Amino acid sequence: MGKDTRKVDIKAFRFNAETDYLPYTKTYTMEVGKDELILDLMNRIKWEHDGSFSYRRSCRHGICGACGIKVNGKPVLACKQNAMELLDLFNNELVFEPQSKKRAVKDMIIDKKDFWDKHAAVKPYIVADVEPHPTSETKQSIEEFNALLDADLCIQCGSCHYACPALQVNEDYLGPAALAAAFRFTADTRDEASQERLEITFETGVGVWDCVKCYECAEACPKDLNPIEKITKLHNMQFEQGVARSNIATRHAEGFVRSIRKHGFLDEADIVVYSEGYLGMYKHLKTAIKMLKAGKIHWQDGVPFIDNMPKIKNLDEVQKLIDISMTNKL
Amino acid sequence: MSTLKYALFTGCTAKQSTPELLSSTLAVADKLGIEITILEEASCCGASHLQDFDEFLAHVLNARNICYAEKLGMTMITICNTCQLNSAMTKHALDSDPKLKARVNEKLAEVGLEYKGTSEVKHFLYCLIDEYGLDKIKEKVVTPLSQFNIAPFYGCHNIRPSELHHSSNGGENPYVPTSLDELIDALEGNPVDYDHKNKCCGFHVELQANHTSEVLAGNAMLDAIDNDADMMVTPCPLCHLKLDTYQDDVSKVMGRDVELPVLHMPQMVALALGATEKELGLNFHVQKATQFNPA
Repeated sequence: MGKDTRKVDIKAFRFNAETDYLPYTKTYTMEVGKDELILDLMNRIKWEHDGSFSYRRSCRHGICGACGIKVNGKPVLACKQNAMELLDLFNNELVFEPQSKKRAVKDMIIDKKDFWDKHAAVKPYIVADVEPHPTSETKQSIEEFNALLDADLCIQCGSCHYACPALQVNEDYLGPAALAAAFRFTADTRDEASQERLEITFETGVGVWDCVKCYECAEACPKDLNPIEKITKLHNMQFEQGVARSNIATRHAEGFVRSIRKHGFLDEADIVVYSEGYLGMYKHLKTAIKMLKAGKIHWQDGVPFIDNMPKIKNLDEVQKLIDISMTNKL
Repeated sequence: MSTLKYALFTGCTAKQSTPELLSSTLAVADKLGIEITILEEASCCGASHLQDFDEFLAHVLNARNICYAEKLGMTMITICNTCQLNSAMTKHALDSDPKLKARVNEKLAEVGLEYKGTSEVKHFLYCLIDEYGLDKIKEKVVTPLSQFNIAPFYGCHNIRPSELHHSSNGGENPYVPTSLDELIDALEGNPVDYDHKNKCCGFHVELQANHTSEVLAGNAMLDAIDNDADMMVTPCPLCHLKLDTYQDDVSKVMGRDVELPVLHMPQMVALALGATEKELGLNFHVQKATQFNPA
C-alpha cells in the first residue's frame, strides 16, 4: 500500500486580480494516490484546504479544453494528467501555475482574450456559398478528409499557445493554435477562403514566418496534434498556391534549394546575402566583420561569398534529385 | 567493448563557420578510440527552411544522406541538433509510411540509391553517453573542468518533439533534460542549474524576426550569467552561432552586457580529454574563448 500513495507538497500560484497587488505561492500538503489526476488534486485543494482556490473545469473528459494549466512549467490538461507521473518526472515536487501568469485573473484562471482574438483572426470556419435549402449533403471523400490530418481534433485548450516562446516576445504573432486552425480550414476542399487565409498567415511579424521552430507546441499539445506540422504545411501551401511573395523569409527558404544545387551544402554567407539582398547586408556588416576576424567566413580564392565553397562528393546526384523531386517552383 | 564505428554527417556549419566543431569532434573520437567515417557525399539537411519550401524534396535529400550510412552499415551520427531533427523526421516519416518511402525511393533509384531504413540516426552527444558511457569517459579525463561553472544549453531539436527523439536520446525529458549536466559532471565541471537550459535560442528567425531572436538568446544567456556561469556549452552549432556571434546585438536589445563564451559540446569534452589548441579551435569564436586553451 505504501507505494500507492505519496505525501506531497503542492505549491500553488495564488492571485486575485481584484484584491491582490502581487501574486504569491501557497503550499498544500496531501497524500497523493496513484490514480489521482491533477484535476483531482486541484479539487482537493479547493474542498479540503481553501474554498477560494479557483480554476476552470467542465467536461472532465479531455474534450472541453477548460482545465489547461502548467505544472512545473509543463503544460497539461488537468483532467488527463496523472499526478504520479509528474511526481516521478519532477522529483516529487509539484508547482501549479496558470498557463500565463501575466494573464492571471484568479489563481489558475486566465483571461484568454488574446487566444480567442487570434483564433478569430484566421477565420476558423468554412467559408462557402451554400444554398439556404440544400437538397443534398456537401460530401467529402476519405482522401479529402485525411488531408486535414488531425487538425480538426484541436480542443482550443491554449496549451500550445501559452507554451510558444515567439508569442511571449511578439504579441502580434498568431501562434501555433491559430495557425493550426488556419491550416485546418484552408486544407478543407469545401472552403472558399483559402487564398485569404494564406494571405493572413503569410504576413511577416504575424504569420508562419515568425515561428521559431522550437517544437514547444508539439510537446505541449495534450491531444498530440503537433501544431508545428500544420505550420510547415501552411508554408508549403503558400508556395504551392502562389501566395508567397519574394521577401526575406521566402528567399531564405527557397535560397536553400539554390545553394544545395550549387554546393550540396548550404552556403551560409550566400543565404544571408540572397535573403537580405545586397542593400540589406548593411545590417550584417558588423557581424560579418566579427565572423571574418574569427575565421568563420571562408575565402579560399581570396574573395568571400563567391564560389569559394567546398562541394559535396557526388553533387550531380543531388542536382538530379532536385530536378526530378522538386514540387514547388523557385 | 568492441570499437564503436560511426558514419558522421557533419552538416553544413561544421564545414564552414564552425570548423572547430569538426576538429574537436574528431579529437574526441580519437581520444576515445571511436572510428569515424565522414559522409562526404551528404548534403544539407534543409535546416527546416527547405522543409518550409518543399517538404518532399527535403525528404528525398535527407533519405539520400542516410543511404550512404546504410551502405557502410553504420549508425549515422550528427553533431548538429537541427541535422538530427530533420534526418530523424525523414527517417520516421519513411519508416512509418510505406507509400512515402516508395515515392522517395522512386526518385533515389534515378541516382542508383535505395533507402532501406537500416541505419539509426543519433546525435554524437547520446552516442557518448548511451553507447560509450560516462564512466569510461570519466576514466579518460586528464584535465578536470573543476574550476568552471558550465551552463548546459540543450537546444530544441535534440529534445523536442520528445516522441520522435526518444528512441535515440535515451528518453531525455524535454522539461528536465539531464544528459549534458551528467556529461559536465563526468568531466568534473560544475553544471549550472538555470531555467532557460531547454529553451529556444532564436537562431531560426535571426533574419526575418530579428527582435524575437535577440530576446530569446538574451533571456537564455542572462539567465546563465546570473547563475554564475563561466561558459555555456551546447550540442548544436546553430545555437552556438546565435549565442556566440550575436552577443553585441543581444546586449543592445536586452539593455545589459551579455558576454559569455559558448563552447560546442565536443570542445568541452576535448578540453577535458587533453586535446591540443588546434583541435579545440577556440580561436574561431567571436566571444573570446582562448582563455580556456591548455596552458
